[in-house]
Amino acid sequence: MSEEAHSPMTLLYTEVEEELRAAVRGLLTDRSAPSVVLAHVESAATTGAVPYDMELWKALGRDIGAAGLLIPEDLGGAGASAREAAVVLEELGRSVAPVPYLSSAVLATRALLGARDEAARELLGRLASGEATAALVVSFAASPHTCARPVVTLGADGTLTGRVTGVIGAEVADVLIVPVAVEGGDPALYAVDAQAARIKTVASLDLTRPIATVSFTGAQARPVGSAAGVADALLLAAGLLASEQLGVAEWCLSTTVAYVRERKQFARPVGSFQAIKHRLADLWLEVVGARAAARNAAALLGAGEDAGVAVAVAQAHCGTVAVHAAEECIQLHGGIGMTWEHPAHLYLKRAKADEIALGTPGDHRDALATLADLPGPVS
Amino acid sequence: MAWDEAAVDERAQAFLAEHDPAEMGRLDFLRARFDAGLAWVHFPEGLGGLGAARGLQAVVERRFRGTPDNDPGLIAIGLGMAAPTILAFGTDEQRERFLRPLWTGEEVWCQLFSEPGAGSDLATLATRAVREGDEWVVDGQKVWTSGAHHARWAILVARTDPEVPKHRGLSYFVCDMEAPGVEVRPLRQITGEAEFNEVFLTGVRLPDSLRLGEVGDGWRVAQTTLMNERVAIGGTPTRRTMIGLLGETWRERPELRTHSLHQRLLALWVDAEVMRLTATRLREQLAAGHPGPEGSGMKLAFARLNQELTGLEVELMREEGLAYDDWTFRRSDSVDFLGRGSGYRYLRAKGNSIEGGTSEILRNIIAERVLGLPSEPRVDKDVAWKDLPR
Repeated sequence: MSEEAHSPMTLLYTEVEEELRAAVRGLLTDRSAPSVVLAHVESAATTGAVPYDMELWKALGRDIGAAGLLIPEDLGGAGASAREAAVVLEELGRSVAPVPYLSSAVLATRALLGARDEAARELLGRLASGEATAALVVSFAASPHTCARPVVTLGADGTLTGRVTGVIGAEVADVLIVPVAVEGGDPALYAVDAQAARIKTVASLDLTRPIATVSFTGAQARPVGSAAGVADALLLAAGLLASEQLGVAEWCLSTTVAYVRERKQFARPVGSFQAIKHRLADLWLEVVGARAAARNAAALLGAGEDAGVAVAVAQAHCGTVAVHAAEECIQLHGGIGMTWEHPAHLYLKRAKADEIALGTPGDHRDALATLADLPGPVS
Repeated sequence: MAWDEAAVDERAQAFLAEHDPAEMGRLDFLRARFDAGLAWVHFPEGLGGLGAARGLQAVVERRFRGTPDNDPGLIAIGLGMAAPTILAFGTDEQRERFLRPLWTGEEVWCQLFSEPGAGSDLATLATRAVREGDEWVVDGQKVWTSGAHHARWAILVARTDPEVPKHRGLSYFVCDMEAPGVEVRPLRQITGEAEFNEVFLTGVRLPDSLRLGEVGDGWRVAQTTLMNERVAIGGTPTRRTMIGLLGETWRERPELRTHSLHQRLLALWVDAEVMRLTATRLREQLAAGHPGPEGSGMKLAFARLNQELTGLEVELMREEGLAYDDWTFRRSDSVDFLGRGSGYRYLRAKGNSIEGGTSEILRNIIAERVLGLPSEPRVDKDVAWKDLPR
C-alpha cells in the first residue's frame, strides 16, 4: 500500500468511511426506499404535515450517530471530519431521504462550533446526542462567496425581529440558530426556541426538502456567541452538498442504466442503441468527475485546509451533473419518467433545488475568477 | 527472490558504483543497465527486469536521474505497445532478439495496424499475408504510421485467412522495415506537417519466425497492444497543460478579455480541474492495487477538453488567431500538443478524438464494458471476411 492511500488527503474512501456508508445505506434501504419516500411526501401533501420522516432521522442521527459526526468528542460528538459527513450525504442523496441532516448536523452545527460561548457548547451537546434538532436561519440560496448582512435585528429589550425566507429544516427544529445584526458591532448568533417564531412552509420545488419563511416579532432569544462561524457553515455545507449531488446523480445513472437494459422497443433493449449508450457513457464520465471533485472538497474541508477553490470547483461541477443526470433519467425512462408514480421526479426536484442551494454553479464559477486568478475584462 | 524498495535501490546503487557512463559511452551504459535488470523492473530477469512490482520502477528512475537515457519520444511505440506484446506472446528467441535493442533505442519500432478501409473497425483490415513454405508474403497498405521512416521493425496485423469471419482470420507479425517491398511515404495532415506515414507493402517476404502468437490469433494479440496504447495516451500526468498555457495568456493579455470569453474560460477551468482530480484519484486507485474503470474515460475527457481549450485560445487571440505560424510540408519527429502557435494547437487537437480509438468507439467501450449495456446487433460476426460488403 502506498502512503498516499492512507493520507487524510486521499480521494479514495477509507475503511471507516465504507463502514459508515454500509450502516447508513442499510438503514435507508430498509426504511426509505424511493416508493416509501414518495408515499411519505404524498401523505404530507394531503394532510398539510411537513414531509420529514422524524422516525428515520432519530435512527440516523441518534442510533447511527450521524447527528454528532462533526461535533468534538468532549461535547459528546464523534469528532469525525467532513469526509465522514460527506459519505452520509452521498447516501442521503442516493435515497432523497427527507431528514434534516444538512440543516441541523451540518449548517446549524458548524455555525454553533464557531460561536464558542458556553451556551453554544451546551446546545452542541444536545444536538450530538440527538436529543434536539436545530436549523440555521439563513436562506438556502445564500452563496458562501457573498457575505450578506443578517436581516434579523436585536431590539433594546433583547428580543429579535425580522423575517428570513428560503430556510430549510425549520419546521422540524427544536431550536433556531439565528445570525443577528447588532448595531455598531459584529453580527452575533442567537438561539430561539422554535415555538417563539412563526414558521410557514412554502409550497416548494423540492418535495423532500421544502423551504419555509421564518418570522420573529419580538421573539425571546439567548445569545450563544459570535456569528463568525456562519460563513464557514455556508462554505462547509456547499462543499458537502457536492457529495449529496453525487449521490443523486449516481441513483439517476444506475436506475437509468438498469431500465434501458430491460426496456425493449424495436425488438431490442433500448440500451443497445448507440444514441442512448453514448449519452450514458458521457453521463458516467461526468459522475466519475463529480466523485473526484466532491471527495477533494470533503478532504480539504476535513483537514482544515483552505478549501475555497475545491468547494467552488465541486459545486460548479456537481450541481450541474446532478441536474443533467436527473434530466437524462426522466428522458430515457420515456413516458413512465414523466409520471408522478415513478420516483424519478423526486430526484429531478432535489437536483434542481440543490443547483440553486448555497450558490449556483455560475456563482461558484464567478468566485473562481478571484480564487484562481482569472480576472474578468478590464472595464 | 522478492524485490522490495530497499533491495531495488541497493541494486541500482551498486550498478552505478561499477558503471561510469562517461567512460563507457551512452549505448554500452544502456546495454549494461538492461542486462542488470534495471531497464523495466517489472519485466522478467534476463529481459531487462527483475520480476519486481511495476511501482518499483520509480526507485530506479530516481537513482538514474541525470545518467544517459533512451529517447522515450522516439521509441514510445516500442516501449508502450511492441514490448508488452512481445513479452506476452513472443517466443524466447523473439524476446531475446528484440527487447534489448528496443529498450536501448538502437532499434525503433512502428505500428502497422490501421488501413484506409479499416479504422474503427480494425478487424476488417485487408492486408494479406500468404504462406509460402517458411515465409509469409505480405501485400497491402497501412496508414497513420508514426515513426515509420525511422523504424527498423514494425508490429503488423495481416489477414491470413479470408474464408472465416473477420476476427478469426488475422495473424500478428513483426515486419522487417528494411525488407524489399516496404515503401514509406509521409502523409500530410491538416496542420501542414507530416507526423505520420502511409506504408505500402508489396510482396514483402517475412520468415515465419517473425510471427507473434498463433496463426489466426492475431486479434487477441492486437488487443494487448491496443489496451497498452490507450493507457499511454490518457493516463500520464504532465506538468505543462493547455489550461495552464491559456491561463498565462489570459493574465498577460488583459486587452483580449471579454465577458463571454471569461465565462467560457471559467467553465473550462473547472472542467480541467475536475479532470486533474479524476486522474489523481485514478492513480491512487492503481497504487492501492484497485484499478478502476475510470481509465477508459480519461482519453475521452482529455480529447474534449483539449479541443475546447485550443478553440477558445484561437478565438481569444483575435487578429493573431487569423495568422498561422508555418504551413511548410515537413516531417515532425516528436509530437507536442502544446508546441508551436495557437492555430497549430487547435488543428492538432482535432486528432485527439480520433487517434488511439475514436471518442465514439470509447463511448461504446464504456457503455458496454463499464455500464454493461448490450452491444448493437452485429451483421458481420458470422460472415466470412471475403463475403462482407465493402
